[in-house]
Amino acid sequence: MTRAIDVVLPLVVALLFVLLWHAFVATTGIAPYLVPPPAEVGHEAWEHAGDLLAATARTGAAAAIALVASIAGGLVVAFVFAQSPLVARSLYPYAIFLQTVPVVAIAPLVIIWSGPGLRSVVVIAFLVAVFPIITSGTTGLTSVDRDLHDLFRIYRASRWQTFWKLRLPHALPDIVTGAQVSGGLAVIGAIVGEVFAGYGAEAHGLGYLVVVTAGQLKTAYLFAAIAACTLLGLLFFAGLGWTRAAVTRRWRAVS
Amino acid sequence: MEEDGADAVVVDPDALAEATDVGVRFPNGTDALDGVSLRLRPAELVAVVGPSGCGKSTLLRVLAGLLAPTRGGVRTARGAVGIVFQQPTLLAWRTVVANVTLPLELAGVRSGEATARALAQLARVGLGDVARVFPIELSGGMRMRAALARALVTEPQLLLLDEPFASVDELTRERLGEDVVALRATQQFAALLVTHSVSEAVFLADRVLVMSPRPGRLVGEVAVPFGRTRDAALRASPVFAKITGEIDERLRRAPA
Repeated sequence: MTRAIDVVLPLVVALLFVLLWHAFVATTGIAPYLVPPPAEVGHEAWEHAGDLLAATARTGAAAAIALVASIAGGLVVAFVFAQSPLVARSLYPYAIFLQTVPVVAIAPLVIIWSGPGLRSVVVIAFLVAVFPIITSGTTGLTSVDRDLHDLFRIYRASRWQTFWKLRLPHALPDIVTGAQVSGGLAVIGAIVGEVFAGYGAEAHGLGYLVVVTAGQLKTAYLFAAIAACTLLGLLFFAGLGWTRAAVTRRWRAVS
Repeated sequence: MEEDGADAVVVDPDALAEATDVGVRFPNGTDALDGVSLRLRPAELVAVVGPSGCGKSTLLRVLAGLLAPTRGGVRTARGAVGIVFQQPTLLAWRTVVANVTLPLELAGVRSGEATARALAQLARVGLGDVARVFPIELSGGMRMRAALARALVTEPQLLLLDEPFASVDELTRERLGEDVVALRATQQFAALLVTHSVSEAVFLADRVLVMSPRPGRLVGEVAVPFGRTRDAALRASPVFAKITGEIDERLRRAPA
């Protein structure tokens, strides 16, 4: 469990960082459009709190949809991979494609195919987030002890029973570990997706906010938007980390 | 070991498990078993002792139908077979009682009935009080007992024990042995015990088969004349010492 010291120490670091940042701006007299003082960033964040919150919620929703889709889609692929080593070997190189292709390179293609808007944002975030689920899911589904498999064989379990009652629950800790990585990637993917796709004139997410505020040199607002991106990622990471801890606490451990 | 050669398949209708001139060669060319024949009669407990790696676990896997022999024939009675491995191999995400219902569940027994039978079996191994906890909360000995309950819940005619108590300490191991003796008195089952502990084999078995390694061959048989009711004091008796001594001697004479 997290102890108080694990929270307090990073907060102290954050405080020191803000103080140093303030001192830097005050002593060098650097232009505020390059590095705005922390007080101004705070002020801007307060001023645009409504917009920032709405954008964060929209991006968070897109990332959450993409994460759920990644878990579902990644598990289907992992299930196929787990059927035989031959299948996995034949298809694995193409799964790596998802990991290696730069998201900015395929984002325009996604928009050509599914038009601007939420759908493209989710598809882009999905493409970025699905890979860890595929690998962790495949590992979890295929790493079941021989004795446990033998047990199910002795009782003549069907392939279906073995999957639902043994392989899938056995893989759960691996899957939530993969989902924790995926969650962070889904947030990044959604923001990148928003930079390209956006949601139209009325609504916008953090990706759009970042691009627009940068374009207008509203640097303090941009800083606030970047902070919101970070906090959103942190929220996903912490939430999934908590889920992972809850699952792994009693899973496995019994040999 | 009456049969000779692969053709002499003698079928004993009463036998619960029968291996005839069984040989197993692994894909890497190692001979794990060679010319092994044995027969298990109803309610009989046969132990196979031998040094680590002599192929005795392979023999058990063959009899369980988990491994096809490369030579010879195997016949195991239809109907339930229970197995206990060296490790408890419990499913960590299920409670103790849900672990014990697993074999019934896989056979399609209704969940209410399965739970009732599992609880009754847990009571018989002394785990009635911990049915609803998760395996991680149990001691090593209790986990082994849960595994034993799972193996017996289907009321199998044949129980296969693969070095079942090797993962627990000596005292717990002896206690578990006494539990098996008690369970045999209330539930009718034949059992094949594979172990490297001579005293465990003598304490539990009606017959002890001695196995020599590489390839695994049965090189001797010692009858254990103790009957079905045995208690801890038996281990201190002179007859017990004499029989274990005899088996030790045979193991030592076997080619290594």
